[in-house]
Amino acid sequence: MEQYSFLRQLADSWALLAMFAFFIGIVIWAFRPGSRDWHDDAAHIPLRHEDKPASDDAPARN
Amino acid sequence: MSNYLKLVALGLITVFAMIAANYARDVAYLVHAIIIMLVAGGMFLWTLRHTDEPVPATGSLEHEYMDGVIRAGVIATALWGVVGFLVGTWIAFQLAFPGLNFEWAEGYMNFGRLRPLHTSAVIFAFGGNALIATSFYVVQRTSAARLWGGNLAWFVFWGYQLVIVLAATGYLLGSTHGKEYAEPEWYVDWWLTIVWLAYLAVFVGTIVKRKEPHIYVANWFYLSFIITVAMLHVFNNLAIPVSIWGSKSVQVFSGVQDAMVQWWYGHNAVGFFLTAGFLGMMYYFIPKQAERPVFSYKLSIIHFWALIFIYIWAGPHHLHYTALPDWASTLGMVFSVILWMPSWGGMINGLMTLSGAWDKLRTDPVIRMMVISVGFYGMSTFEGPMMSIRAVNSLSHYTDWTIGHVHSGALGWNGMITFGALYYLVPKLWNRERLYSLSMVSWHFWLATIGIVFYAASMWVTGIMEGLMWREVDANGFLVNSFADTVAAKFPMYVVRGLGGVLFLTGAIIMVYNLYMTATRSPAVEAKAAQAHATPAE
Repeated sequence: MEQYSFLRQLADSWALLAMFAFFIGIVIWAFRPGSRDWHDDAAHIPLRHEDKPASDDAPARN
Repeated sequence: MSNYLKLVALGLITVFAMIAANYARDVAYLVHAIIIMLVAGGMFLWTLRHTDEPVPATGSLEHEYMDGVIRAGVIATALWGVVGFLVGTWIAFQLAFPGLNFEWAEGYMNFGRLRPLHTSAVIFAFGGNALIATSFYVVQRTSAARLWGGNLAWFVFWGYQLVIVLAATGYLLGSTHGKEYAEPEWYVDWWLTIVWLAYLAVFVGTIVKRKEPHIYVANWFYLSFIITVAMLHVFNNLAIPVSIWGSKSVQVFSGVQDAMVQWWYGHNAVGFFLTAGFLGMMYYFIPKQAERPVFSYKLSIIHFWALIFIYIWAGPHHLHYTALPDWASTLGMVFSVILWMPSWGGMINGLMTLSGAWDKLRTDPVIRMMVISVGFYGMSTFEGPMMSIRAVNSLSHYTDWTIGHVHSGALGWNGMITFGALYYLVPKLWNRERLYSLSMVSWHFWLATIGIVFYAASMWVTGIMEGLMWREVDANGFLVNSFADTVAAKFPMYVVRGLGGVLFLTGAIIMVYNLYMTATRSPAVEAKAAQAHATPAE
């Protein structure tokens, strides 16, 4: 029961706070200044490479 | 060399399955042992005949996409879809006309045995194959890389079909956990875990070797679906087999813990299997069909994180007024209501992708299908949070309203977006210029839409009527209606529901014919273009 109470308290205090902070961080990150080019580029991904993969000399990323 | 190892493994599995068939303690286990014996034995012979044969030299396949497995997945999706809809329509009429639970088929074909067959066939066979096939298609195109792992993708495809066959035959023969959407018994669960981890490996492997710097948002949704389903599946199926020669197993959790784990699984099967995965489809196929990028990429990022952060907590709303502590069901209710926001954010993002191209709705029935699916998504993600509110739930729970809600989501959102994706994929995958018939797509669209309207409307009426009849008390505080009174009152609505199913099924059959004719009869992409587009056989 001790373990239950501990986890229960952790869940509705620090864990909740951490997740909320993480989420707010994502929102701020998505709207950060200068992200427009990045997002435009990503949004156009489906519109290229429809028929075959990028060739090997294209910039590879791992 | 690897063939020798394969032969050893397949031989051992075949022999073990023979022993298992001999010692089998129940019919379902016996049938499954024989199925596994035949599959493993057949693969053993096939591998044997191809061992030490010269392997035809193939050039590097890295500059081509792996589309064979996706073609197989598209065929499986369409066929399992028709099977699932057919069983669903049949059991709808079984409810309206109980005489259809034939005496001679009692214990195999009665409603109780066919109902899990229907739910699993549409969710896991139709929806699952659609998700696997489209995710393989999308992850390759948006990563600009061939699928990782070579034939591992084929293992995922066939392994998953085996899960479906074992699950379906098991239900008819009475092998079941009795857990909603998680009915298959322990050995099917173990096998699905293996197949699912292989699926995860293929998907992540492809993302890792991508040539695009960004991971496109559709892949985020697909990935969250694969990972979460793995986690849910393992926890909800923690069970100890009674014997390795029998299909019966005993759950590790009991009582309210078991119920909570079950609905944590059950609701996230909706949230991650039927929502996140299908949103991955939406974020690829709607921009493709509309030929324009998604309305707002920023919104899609927030949509993703908000959805996965919130959905995972919504499960307890299935357990209002039970032994579950109040705080837990309140938590589930609150998160369900908050979930409305990301859901509608995603819906707006999908619909607004068409801004500036709304005229396509008039000319392109495929995009019409995708748009109405997003519309149904919006409708059922409004209805769901409302029904999760405790006061509303006290009226709606255990009534047909829930069934109506599930079907407006499953037929409207999941079904329609899958049909749209299939209409998009078949001409591409079979290298055809266009679909065989657009007017057949229109027929399918209207049959399916009217079918869903029949279904949802009749279930609203019968569900609310039933809920009100159950709670009706007379002046002295006695209940007015017996349970059988509600059953009798629901009869006309059950017939309407069955007719809705007939319309939906007819539309799906038209689709299968249209897709078949597209793959075989539609004009091929012109020779010159075909060279650039060539997708040689795998």
